[in-house]
Amino acid sequence: MKITHDDVRHVARLCRLELSGPELELFTHQLDAIVAYVTQLEQLDAPLDGSEAPDSETELTCPDREDEEAPSLDRELLLSQAPAHDGEHFLVPRIIE
Amino acid sequence: MTDLGASDLAGRIRAREVTAQAVTRAHLDRIAALDSTLNSFITVDAEGALASARQVDQRLERGEPVGPLCGVPVALKDNLVTAGIETTAGSRVLRGWRPPYDGTVVARLRAADAVLLGKLNMDEFAMGSSCESSAHGPCRNPWDTGRVPGGSSGGAAAAVAAGLCAAALGTDTGGSIRQPASFCGVVGLKPTYGRVSRMGVIAFASSLDQVGPLARTVRDCALLLEVIGGPDVKDSTCLPAPLQPGSLQQACQRRELKRLRVGIPREYLDQGGLEPSVERAVREAIATLAELGAEVRDVSLPHTRYAIAAYYLIATAEASSNLARYDGVRFGPTLPGARGNLDQMYSASRGEFGAEVKRRIMLGTFALCAGYHDAYYGRAQRVRALIQRDFQRVFDGGCDVIACPTSPCSAFRLGQRLDDPLQMYLADIFTISCNLAGLPGLALPCGLCDEGLPVGLQLLGPPLSEATLLGAGAAYEHATAWHTLRPPLDPVTS
Amino acid sequence: MIDHEAVIGLEVHVQLATRSKIFCGCSTRFGAPPNTQICTVCTGQPGALPVLNRQVIEHAVRMALACGCTIRHRSRFARKNYFYPDLPKGYQISQYERPLAEGGQLEVWLPTGERSRVGITRIHVEEDAGKSIHGAEGGQSRVDLNRAGVPLIEIVSEPDLRHPVQAAHYMRTLRGMVRALGVSDGNMEQGSLRCDANVSLRPVGTTRLGVKTEVKNINSFRFVQHALEYEIARQSDVLRAGGVVRQETRLWDAAAGVTRSMRSKEQAEDYRYFPDPDLPQVVLDPAWVERLRHTLPELPDARRHRYVEQLGLPPDDAAALTREHELADYFEATVAAGAAPRRASSWILTELLARVSDARDVARARVTAERLAGLLQLWDDGRISSALAKQIWPLMWDSAEDAQTIARREHLFQDSDGEVIEAQIRRVIEDNPQQVAQYREGKQKVFGFFVGQVMRATSGKANPQLVNQLLRKLLD
Repeated sequence: MKITHDDVRHVARLCRLELSGPELELFTHQLDAIVAYVTQLEQLDAPLDGSEAPDSETELTCPDREDEEAPSLDRELLLSQAPAHDGEHFLVPRIIE
Repeated sequence: MTDLGASDLAGRIRAREVTAQAVTRAHLDRIAALDSTLNSFITVDAEGALASARQVDQRLERGEPVGPLCGVPVALKDNLVTAGIETTAGSRVLRGWRPPYDGTVVARLRAADAVLLGKLNMDEFAMGSSCESSAHGPCRNPWDTGRVPGGSSGGAAAAVAAGLCAAALGTDTGGSIRQPASFCGVVGLKPTYGRVSRMGVIAFASSLDQVGPLARTVRDCALLLEVIGGPDVKDSTCLPAPLQPGSLQQACQRRELKRLRVGIPREYLDQGGLEPSVERAVREAIATLAELGAEVRDVSLPHTRYAIAAYYLIATAEASSNLARYDGVRFGPTLPGARGNLDQMYSASRGEFGAEVKRRIMLGTFALCAGYHDAYYGRAQRVRALIQRDFQRVFDGGCDVIACPTSPCSAFRLGQRLDDPLQMYLADIFTISCNLAGLPGLALPCGLCDEGLPVGLQLLGPPLSEATLLGAGAAYEHATAWHTLRPPLDPVTS
Repeated sequence: MIDHEAVIGLEVHVQLATRSKIFCGCSTRFGAPPNTQICTVCTGQPGALPVLNRQVIEHAVRMALACGCTIRHRSRFARKNYFYPDLPKGYQISQYERPLAEGGQLEVWLPTGERSRVGITRIHVEEDAGKSIHGAEGGQSRVDLNRAGVPLIEIVSEPDLRHPVQAAHYMRTLRGMVRALGVSDGNMEQGSLRCDANVSLRPVGTTRLGVKTEVKNINSFRFVQHALEYEIARQSDVLRAGGVVRQETRLWDAAAGVTRSMRSKEQAEDYRYFPDPDLPQVVLDPAWVERLRHTLPELPDARRHRYVEQLGLPPDDAAALTREHELADYFEATVAAGAAPRRASSWILTELLARVSDARDVARARVTAERLAGLLQLWDDGRISSALAKQIWPLMWDSAEDAQTIARREHLFQDSDGEVIEAQIRRVIEDNPQQVAQYREGKQKVFGFFVGQVMRATSGKANPQLVNQLLRKLLD
């Protein structure tokens, strides 16, 4: 399939990347080539029956832990690394509902 | 002192033949002399390193016990999270980030009394094979500073090759330890997936990433893996199988390869596409293995040619999700254009990603999109299972180790490959299947190409076969002198 | 004019009652100062990894078993990818293609006695997001991540509900269950029980589903009913005017009593679900699941059935008692201690509930179930009357003593000595010749006057049945 500008715009929106005009052009071209390359996987007879890899008996099982409280990290330490905070919260530009 | 390996140094420091502080100072001096050219370090923590070294010396003076890496100067790829020391993953997106915690491998190095010199340059978020996409400028190959050191653990390979640190930790998702190790003439080991904890590793592709050592000798890699590897309850993908202390170093005493069955995949060596002198060096290395007693045989990995496609769909899909957390809310620099509305916050903060990262995020997002999900991501996962089965059949069918090249070429010139990302991806052909199958892989220096640049031999094994790989590598190392070669850098008094 | 029926499905999120979050050890306690229950994992720091809390799976499996679901012995976590400031990783760890449980059903009772079966499509485990607080200074929003990582189960019903009242009762049923199981405190006002409704209309008699809207921000049982009533009426108006219902998400505005379109969510998000590579498959031991099945407590509906069928309680009483399991527990303890079921239920629903501010507090009531049984037994044995019981009751609350002790001390035992009562009756008859004459003339109501006089003369302690009996004998 051919990747178009609209495809790239749609994908960029989904992953919150803002592309400049030249970037849009370049990425459309490059992604088109890459997608054309990876599409060769069609050649394999792998059947299309759900995207999840089969659950294997030999696969690791999810380890779990006791329901116990562990000390939280210091709020000041964590907030200090944030681009914007008020000492108690992370601050973000107004979210319009 | 900067020419000695990790095990060697640990022994001499413990025996008090030399002080940890002297060793650390020697390495810091060498960094100061050479790294402005190489640019292998992003952050050098001289103060912290000397303080740790001093502590080691004091404990030794008092006759107190010290860890297996006592006083050994080690450096860390900048995607390994270090408490209080700036960690950027080679990206502008994390500039200034001082993590509130140490990753597991960092904590284990500290507990072993290693001296942490600083953080090493890398391709941004580990996406790349040349260390050219770093926000801190490219790293250069000590063998020829007009060439790339490989990537994404380029800084680690270059620093070890140049003697700026006794050993380094890198990460390998599609070859990012093994390829730079080959380009720089050092040893690099990617352990079995799950052998080393990923807690504290800035994620690129969660089902492929592994931390591993780069060093001058096989034994040094073994020592490092013993320190950092083993179960970790904080990483749910970490294998529960314990690492026997000393077992890997023990395996490095091997000197011959009788009864070792070595498979050579015909899809790797018989398809052409290798630089002739690279191919020659690898074939000679295989011949050496045979001379040491190995039974060399032809094997087949039929789905090899689909590996790159499968990898670039799975890895980028996982990456697109792993990198969604870089949204300008909880970490990262304060940006002026980020405060107007939410969209501006996202575009300003995520606009700081470099081109390669953006490209991969978009490819990965595309692969997971409704309507394409099954044809791309889903199919890639099924192909991955086929590739895993290829290896299983080879190992079950009477083969202990696979030997092959690490890269089709030697270190290329800076800027040579930047215009064609797909071309760059295709060169991962020898390293990528190993990550898809979760297998361990060892890269060893095995010669020089016609241009005088290092060539690496790669050994792959079944899951948890690090001892076999390291043993085979040690035997090869003992029978050859490639690991003693040093890049032609300005001599510095040590 | 086509008649339409409403088709309603509910997606209910239940916050699980665990001490720590689903993937890290941070506390889940409600009401802590902002960002004081956070760590590297739940704030999505680079390099952080999730580790599963096993209590979450146990709670989820027990709820799924109680709903009659089929438990999947191998299930997977999946990433639901979208951007929002209170979603730290830029994805929510949930379950998608392989949820923990599927295919159950619940019975919903209405006060009218009507019963209906509602199918459960699936139950899966996921993590909660943090909270965004809007309207801060400088046009900013504030983000508190205390709630990020709190464990949830999502219970998705089949679109089997037909009426808003039924939907509200479905919610009540779920609430009773999660509380009886100890899986959650099921509090809609505090957000530990949340519901989003999907509602559409279709012509009666057809099977194809109409265009549905999703209604969010419903945080009480009453609002479940009101929001759905409004939305159904709104859609009905649209169709009646010849229009087409637009598929969208709408917010319930309780103050205005309307639903409003959420413009920003009009474009359907592509969540790009894929199995989370940081978490291997969750594998359950079938034997363990069976053990859990056998140790499930009796659920509210089963209890209500039993109270009606086996204990002979009126259905309304049974329903009222089983609304809170603490109340039903208290009732059963009272019966176990020897009280007659109907008398116990009646007393609990009136006298006991009058004395506690919340039905859930009865377990800590000053008068224990055993003590109440003691009081009711005195009544049963005829040693006190209902009036006397009502006198003893407040004293039991004050002193926490048992009924017998109080009755003895305060002389509150019933007088059942026939001779004594007869003597009293004669005295009253003598003193009230007018009323005697009225009674003998046929004014039956005067009888009550005599009863009252006798009771007054005996300080209320005369056995009422005896009084009636002897009074009739002597008057007639």
